[in-house]
Amino acid sequence: MKSVVLRMAWRNLWRHGRRTWLTVGAMIFSNSLLVFSISLQFGSYDMMIDNSLQTFSGHIQLQHPSYLDQPKMRYTLADIVANAQKLRDELALESISARASGFALASSNKRSHGIQLLGVDAKHEPLVSTFPGLVNEGRYLGPGAQEEIVIGSILARNLKVGIGDELSFLGSGLDESFAAGVVTVVGIFESGIPDLDRAMAQINLGYFQDSFAMQRAGHSIVIRAAHIDDVDGLMARISAGIDDPSRIVPRDWNELQPGLRQAIQADMTSAWFMYIVLIVLVAFSVLNTQLMSVLERTREFGTMMALGLKPIHLARLVMLETGMMTALGLLLGITLGALITAYLSVVGFSYPGMEEMAVKFNLPDRMYPAISPLSLTLGPVIVALGSLLAAIYPALRLNRLQPIEAMRAV
Amino acid sequence: MSAIHCHQLCKTFHQGDEIITGLDHVDITIETGEFVCLSGPSGSGKTTLLNAIGGLDTPDSGEIRMGDLRIDQLKRGALADMRLHHIGFVFQAYNLIPVLSARENVEFVMQVQGVATAERARKANAILAEVGLQGLEDRRPAQLSGGQQQRVAVARAIVSQPDLVLADEPTANLDSVAAAHLMGLFASLNENHGATFVIATHDKRVMAYARRLVKMQDGKIISDEAQ
Ligand SMILES: Nc1ncnc2c1ncn2[C@@H]1O[C@H](COP(=O)(O)OP(=O)(O)OP(=O)(O)O)[C@@H](O)[C@H]1O
Ligand SMILES: [Mg+2]
Repeated sequence: MKSVVLRMAWRNLWRHGRRTWLTVGAMIFSNSLLVFSISLQFGSYDMMIDNSLQTFSGHIQLQHPSYLDQPKMRYTLADIVANAQKLRDELALESISARASGFALASSNKRSHGIQLLGVDAKHEPLVSTFPGLVNEGRYLGPGAQEEIVIGSILARNLKVGIGDELSFLGSGLDESFAAGVVTVVGIFESGIPDLDRAMAQINLGYFQDSFAMQRAGHSIVIRAAHIDDVDGLMARISAGIDDPSRIVPRDWNELQPGLRQAIQADMTSAWFMYIVLIVLVAFSVLNTQLMSVLERTREFGTMMALGLKPIHLARLVMLETGMMTALGLLLGITLGALITAYLSVVGFSYPGMEEMAVKFNLPDRMYPAISPLSLTLGPVIVALGSLLAAIYPALRLNRLQPIEAMRAV
Repeated sequence: MSAIHCHQLCKTFHQGDEIITGLDHVDITIETGEFVCLSGPSGSGKTTLLNAIGGLDTPDSGEIRMGDLRIDQLKRGALADMRLHHIGFVFQAYNLIPVLSARENVEFVMQVQGVATAERARKANAILAEVGLQGLEDRRPAQLSGGQQQRVAVARAIVSQPDLVLADEPTANLDSVAAAHLMGLFASLNENHGATFVIATHDKRVMAYARRLVKMQDGKIISDEAQ
């Protein structure tokens, strides 16, 4: 180090080595904790988004422009099966499936309930949705089979039906005609989401189209991307391939499930409340350390002022010392945090009870923190800023110093 | 640097109920390039006068002018700049910076003055050799004797060849060889660079070098003679 001022700042830190290490230690602790928690948070958001989209909505859906706000029977997409296949070829992506949807009254010989009846492509549906995998009694729909239905567990209980029992459904078709059919329950699913388990039922798309007089039309083409990061690219390619945007538009998961973003934001907010408490504690520790160190050195500061240094020079020295301390806490904290997080992002970790839930709801049974440049630096950088901010007060106190009085101090 | 005029300087200190006289209507003019000794018993006001001239302390009343400049009315920042660039201080209690070595203590002020790195090191080594500290440049103040520390403080004060040197008992801890050497150094700086010296001292060896001897007592100047 060529600069005497830098050398002086560095040595001043170690005049009270233990005190400095305590403060740096507090920074290391909170920085590594922040790196881990923020990475875990990001990881669990990825998981949350993935799981929630996997269940049903997929990452992207092609729909009639009005369908998102008013999911009505008449807002259809023409030739849906052929178009879904065209898209599979164009995007070289298999996980694309066509659906149609309508409301119907389902009746067993004992009771009736309103349901949302879905016509699905039984071959491709398992690639875009976890529903087929949630069937825990019986089986999922056979491809192309007529007159089969899978229903939610609560609906089965409400209708008092089991596997092999018959149901009839009654709705209104696209041409306002009656849509009716008699189907056999082949599977019962349990998603853990009460709304779905209570009101959702699936039949084959071809049978749905026949029953609801839809000819070859449907309501949505559901696309599941290999990774959430691919969504923007896919959206761009899909939009570019659309000839008539007044008849068909792509909707990404943000539009399909606006609640998801909000849930993440709410979780973010509550987590940051905790983080801020941590950051404030570190800042106070820095404030305390630097205030003590400034007060102890009154005499030295007096001498420097007598030699011609201005309070601003002294304040800069204090900020420089704080900066060095902070940099140390930042580097060591990020390193330690990164090591712990990297390890856990490979082996994963779980908390008590998590595995049971995972089995029940078809979720992964371990959490994996997602390490990224942002998750590594976000917390520590804010800790550093807080520390520097905290050192401003001791630095400003130097402005009151009178050289003669200060030099007489012990 | 212009001549320094002090006119009717008064300064009192309060210690509890007691009022202590530091300076009592002091009039003195110090011309550029003069070599002045302040002598007088302990508590007579020597340090107080040096502090007032150096702008470290403001008098209660009276004027201090340096040419047309009213030192007693200057702002804090301007006073600091004046000290940094024009005045070399040797304090009675050396006041070295403990975490810096002898060389670094000397270099420190030069860095703040904006002297380039290489020149800083060269000047610091040269001046430390001049005050007889060759080989001790890397020691910290705590590893130096009182006299050695005093010489570092002198080196720090004169390394940038200030226009005015204010020295408070610069020889108090020096043996006669070192004291004579130091006075020789002061004298050559005075003669070759025209630097003004004001030295507060009890030391007869120092007074011998002075061309003007000012005696103080109870905050007053009681005699002022060229010699
Ligand atoms: N900050 C202060 N508070 C109270 N009294 C002070 C202060 N500074 C100086 N004095 C008093 O003012 C008087 C003059 O002090 P000064 O330090 O100028 O004397 P001096 O001539 O330098 O003495 P010495 O030879 O011992 O250094 C003394 O009585 C001293 O006690
Ligand atoms: Mg004195």
